[in-house]
This record gives sequence, C-alpha cells and structure tokens, in this order.
Amino acid sequence: MRLRPLFALIRKESLQILRDPSSLLIAVVLPLILLFLFGYGVSFDLRDSPVCVVVEQSSQPAESLAASFQASPFFKAHREATTAHCKDQLVSGSINGMVVIPADFAARLNGGDPAPVQILVDGSDPNTAGLMQNYLSGTVLVWQTIIADMQGLSSQGRIAVTSRVWYNPAKQSRLFLLPGLVAVIMTLIGTMLTSLVVSREWERGTMEAMMATPLSVPQLLLGKLIPYYLLGMAAMAATTVIAIWLFGVPLRGSIWALAVVTSIFLLTTLGQGLLISTLAKNQFVATQAALFSAFLPAFLLSGLVYEIASMPPPIQWFTRIVSARYYVPSLQTLFLADDEPGVLIPHCLSMLAIAAVMFAIVIRKTPRRLDD
Amino acid sequence: MWERILALIVKELWAVWRDKKSRMILIVPPIVQMVLFSFATTLEVKNIDIAVINRDMGGHGVEIVQRLAGSKDLVRRVRMFSGDAEAAQALASQDVLMIMRIPPDFSRALDGGKTGELELMLDGRKSNAAQILEGYVTNIAQQYASELPTHRGLNVVIAPRAFFNPNLESSWNTVPSLTAILTMIMGLVVTGLSVARERELGTFEQLLVSPARPIEIIIGKTVPGMLIGMAEGSLIIAYAHFAFAVPLTGSVPLLYLGMAVYLAAVIGVGLFISSLVATQQQAMLGAFTFVAPAILLSGFATPIANMPDWLQLITQGNPARYFLVIIKGVFLKDMPAAEVLAQIGPMMVIAAVTLSAASWLFRHRLE
Repeated sequence: MRLRPLFALIRKESLQILRDPSSLLIAVVLPLILLFLFGYGVSFDLRDSPVCVVVEQSSQPAESLAASFQASPFFKAHREATTAHCKDQLVSGSINGMVVIPADFAARLNGGDPAPVQILVDGSDPNTAGLMQNYLSGTVLVWQTIIADMQGLSSQGRIAVTSRVWYNPAKQSRLFLLPGLVAVIMTLIGTMLTSLVVSREWERGTMEAMMATPLSVPQLLLGKLIPYYLLGMAAMAATTVIAIWLFGVPLRGSIWALAVVTSIFLLTTLGQGLLISTLAKNQFVATQAALFSAFLPAFLLSGLVYEIASMPPPIQWFTRIVSARYYVPSLQTLFLADDEPGVLIPHCLSMLAIAAVMFAIVIRKTPRRLDD
Repeated sequence: MWERILALIVKELWAVWRDKKSRMILIVPPIVQMVLFSFATTLEVKNIDIAVINRDMGGHGVEIVQRLAGSKDLVRRVRMFSGDAEAAQALASQDVLMIMRIPPDFSRALDGGKTGELELMLDGRKSNAAQILEGYVTNIAQQYASELPTHRGLNVVIAPRAFFNPNLESSWNTVPSLTAILTMIMGLVVTGLSVARERELGTFEQLLVSPARPIEIIIGKTVPGMLIGMAEGSLIIAYAHFAFAVPLTGSVPLLYLGMAVYLAAVIGVGLFISSLVATQQQAMLGAFTFVAPAILLSGFATPIANMPDWLQLITQGNPARYFLVIIKGVFLKDMPAAEVLAQIGPMMVIAAVTLSAASWLFRHRLE
C-alpha cells in the first residue's frame, strides 16, 4: 500500500473536521459540558440533606439524640415540636425526611422497655430515600452505642459491623462517574462525529469523487478512520487530565493499558459510525441513528449511572451488544483499582468481537462501484 | 388574525404529518424512548453476588449468611471462600460486590455476651450500590443481635417508613418523570425541525411574503409543538398509571396546566435554536446540546440538593426542575394547588423570557 495518498486523505479529513461548526460542537463543546456537569453536578452523595427532627417532649436522652443529627455532616437538621409542619415540608419537597422522637422516649428507655424512634423518608426519590434511611438509622445506632458505653452496658451481645470501601474509601460517586463518562465522550467522537461527516460526503456526492481516485476501499476506510482515532485519543487524554487535576480522580492503572483499552473501544465506535453513514448516506438520518444507537445506550445501558443487574432480563441481554457496557467497568477499574486482568481481558475480547462484526459489515456494504 | 393563525397551525400539523421523515420522528423514537427509559433507568440494587469468608465455629455466622441469602431480590448468589486472597480476587474482578468476613470467635463472643465483629469489604467502583448493600447488611445484623437472649443494650427500636412510595419502587419515580424528559425532547425537535425544514425547502421566504405577521408565524409554530407535546405527555401519564400502576393521587387538571406552561418554556428554547441554525441536522444537534444538560440538572437522575450551591442556582433557570416537582407531587403526594402554583410561577417567567427572546431573534433575523 502506498502511503502518500493515504496521508493526503488523512489531511483532507482533518481539515474537514476543523472547518465545520457541528463537528466542533460534537468534538469539543459537548464533551466539555458533560465533563463539567458530571464533575460538579451529577452526584449521589448526600450533602446537607434537609431533615426535620421532631422532639415531642424534651428530655435528656431525646435532646442528645437530636443533637447528634444536628452535628452530622450529612444532614441539615432543624427542630420541630410536632409533625404537622414537617409533613407539609415533605410534600413540598423542602425536606427529604424526618425523625420523630416520641414523648415517652426517655421514660421507656430508662424503664428498659423498647423505645421506638420513627424514621420517615420521602419515597418519591427512592434512591435518596434508601440512602437516607441508612444514614439516619446509622446515626441512631452510633448514638445508642455511645450512650450504652457511658452507662457501662457496652459489649452485651452486640454485633459491630465495620466496613471498608475499597478503591473509593470516601464513597464519592464522582470517582466512578467521571471515568465512566469517558465512554460517552468517546461515543460522541467515534460514532456521532464519524457518521455525520461521512454521511455528508455521501449527501454532497464527494464520496463518488473519492471512488474515482485510484485509492482502494481499505485505503479509503483507513483514511477516514485514522483522523477520528487520533481525535478520540486526544479527547481521552484531555478528559483524563481534567478528571485527575481538576476533580481529583486517581489513575491507579497504567497509561498503556488505558490507551490499549481505549483503542479497542474506539474501534467499535468507529465501526459503528462508518456503518451508520454507509447505510444512511444522509446527515439528518445519521445524526438520529447515532443518537439512538450509540449515545443513549452509552448513557443508559452501560452501567454508568444505572445498574444493569437490576434491569429486566431482555434489556440485560441487549446490553451485551452495547460496547460501552464493557468499556465503562474497564475504565472504572483502570482509574480506581489497577490493571486488573480479570476485568480487562474478558471485556476487551468482547469489544474486539463487536468491532470485528461492525467492520465485516462495513466492508461488505461499502460499494466499490457506483452501479453496485 | 385568528383565522390566519389557525390556518398556519393546520398547515404546520399537515407538514409534520405528511413528511415521511418527520412522521417517523413523531412516532418511533418516543415509543422506543418511553419503553427503554422506563425499564432501564433504575437505581435499585438487585440480583447481586456476594462473597463470604466464614471462619466462625458456631452457628451464628451461618444464620446471618442464610438471612442474607434469603433476601428476595437483593442477593442472587452467595459465594463461599476459604481464603482471603481468592475472595479479594473475586471482588477485584467485579464478580462480587462485597466480601463479608466472619471471624473465628464470632459465635463465642455473641454467646458470651460480648461484641461479635463482622467485617465488610465493598467495591467502591460502584459506591452507590455498595452503600445500599451495606445498609441492608447492617440492618440484618442489628436485627439478629436484638433477637439474641444475651442482648442487653439500650432498647432503641428504629421504625423506618417511606412516605408516598412505601416499597421504594424505582419506577414510581422514573416513569412519571419521563413526562418531563420526553416531552422536552419532542417539543424541541418538532419546533426546531419545522423552521429548519422551511429554510431547507425555501418555503420560509414564502411564509414571509404571506400576509401573516412575525408574531402570528411564531404562534403558528408554537401551538402545534404544544399540541404534539401534550399528546405525548398524555401517553406517558397513561403508561405510568396503567402499565406501572403508579398511583395518581393529585389533581390531573393542575398537572396539565403545569405541562402547558412547561412546554411553552421549552418551545421558546426550540424556536430560539431554530432561528440560529440553517439545516435540520444542525437543529437536531442544537436541541441535543440543550437537552443533555437540562436533563442532568433537572433532578431526574440525581438530586439537585447534592449539587454545589452555585450550580443549584443555575438549575433555577431550568423549567424541567419545576415540572418534575409538579409531576411527582401530583402522582405520589396529592400536592395541594398552592404548592403546584408555586412551581408554575417560575416556569411562567422562564416561558415569557424564552418566547420573547425567540420572537426577538426571529424578527431580527428576518429584517
């Protein structure tokens, strides 16, 4: 294969990307918007969650329990004497939950009877509600242990659960969301941008002009792929640097493994982009198809935000042909854990299989002659 | 004037319906999105595998493991390991989400009236799911300890309850919320494409030389988008209520009032984008650039309260934020009219701003 025509093609393709405002939107503006929104805004971590603590009758234990809610960094607790006002706030959504310490709390506690504490959360956001239940009851349990220790009742048939969270001890959701977001950004560039620019060539008829040149089909495809591959790798590098420097995400695996895994993923997205443009040959349809077949699945069906194991079986089965589903856990492992072969090798093999299928179809469907 | 507007609206609806491409966009993506989103956007933690290293000689360790394994949806499989290294490998390869280690003297400690230690190791690469699981295991352990005859602590009983959604069904939150998400996409796409299509076909000039004034043209472009958006919204409300059995406790007319104001605000944005672009493809991309942040900053996937204060301030300009409160309020909370109106107010301000900005830009680009 002669290289000079190939270089000319790569140069032409790069100029084409740089000249079009839509390309810049997809390759630069959208990735940056997503990166900053995920870095700052999208978070599962409770922070100053507003709660209402109802102390129906003041007593020494009730006051000390209420104080431990007010001291917690997870809640912004305010005191009320009755539940009526708190219930309205729960309806309007201005608080996420409430704790009710009943009037007979102290009497029951001192008398050795079971002393109930009610924890009520706003179920209209079930994930936050589940976390609130854990954090609120955790606060009660810690308080109980401290008081029991002070009264000399400690270690009487109790279970102490100690937990450690590996790879992410502070349990910051940002640390797993940002690496996963690299998959969405790679999809934007690999599939959406590629399909858009190539379908424009079909639409404008310049693809026919390309076919009149002495280039072979593999050369044509390579000339299309290499610029987008380089652009994708540059975007990955930029995203990684921003994630590490600005948002404090660690990179515990090696850069080489990251580059290899990303290259394999880019192959699948580039194959998909070429496939869409070859079949659609129309910018508008290509944009639609890329949104639905690449961007949405990378967001919804990759395990980035939503749990695949909790989806109904047909959708779980469908995620197996979404290449981002393999790339997202690989990224999370590379950033937070290490070059873990138990995760990376099977995922890379699956992505290679998807890429092989995509390219096989692209090569079959790319016409060598116009009258085909 | 009204006759001309009506004629424009009828013409607009015909144009959307007659063009094969736009008819497809009207029917296929919304239904696919509705079904896909409603099943895929779940934050529930289900069907997970856990690892257990049980070194305990007595029966208490086994008993706790069995209670964990018996939890209906949460735990799919409990894998027993004898060595720390193999269990750690299973966690590293993401075969399990958690390792529970029960030390040798666990049962002896509990029977002797001492503290039994349970050790959990969780995968921080999924810290949200890990925390839900951790809370669940802690509950089981505390429950078990409180049933022991040797238990003599302070007898505080925690009675947890969730209002509005007692079983914490994920779909009760996400499926009604799709009313806001999907009608936003629809409103933007329909209005964005209609202006761009006229530009592409060259009929925009014809519209300009017609007796219709710019304001009439804008109304003629706004109303069809609202009608189509309301139709899709009704479909999703019915889908949530009948297919997912989400209760509809509040006032439906108030919900529709909220939806009308919300769509007006969204369509203002759509018209604004469409007066900036030249082709339908650019209109699609423009709409998409607006939709992605608008959804992320709406409180749909993650709560607004978790965001930093300056970003929370920015979300106040996002109409989806208010409409989501109304949707959840009317569906689950039987929200009083005053509360609903308090959310509609800011949306009206946003709608006034986006629609007047759009009509200004519209006229500006014409002259």
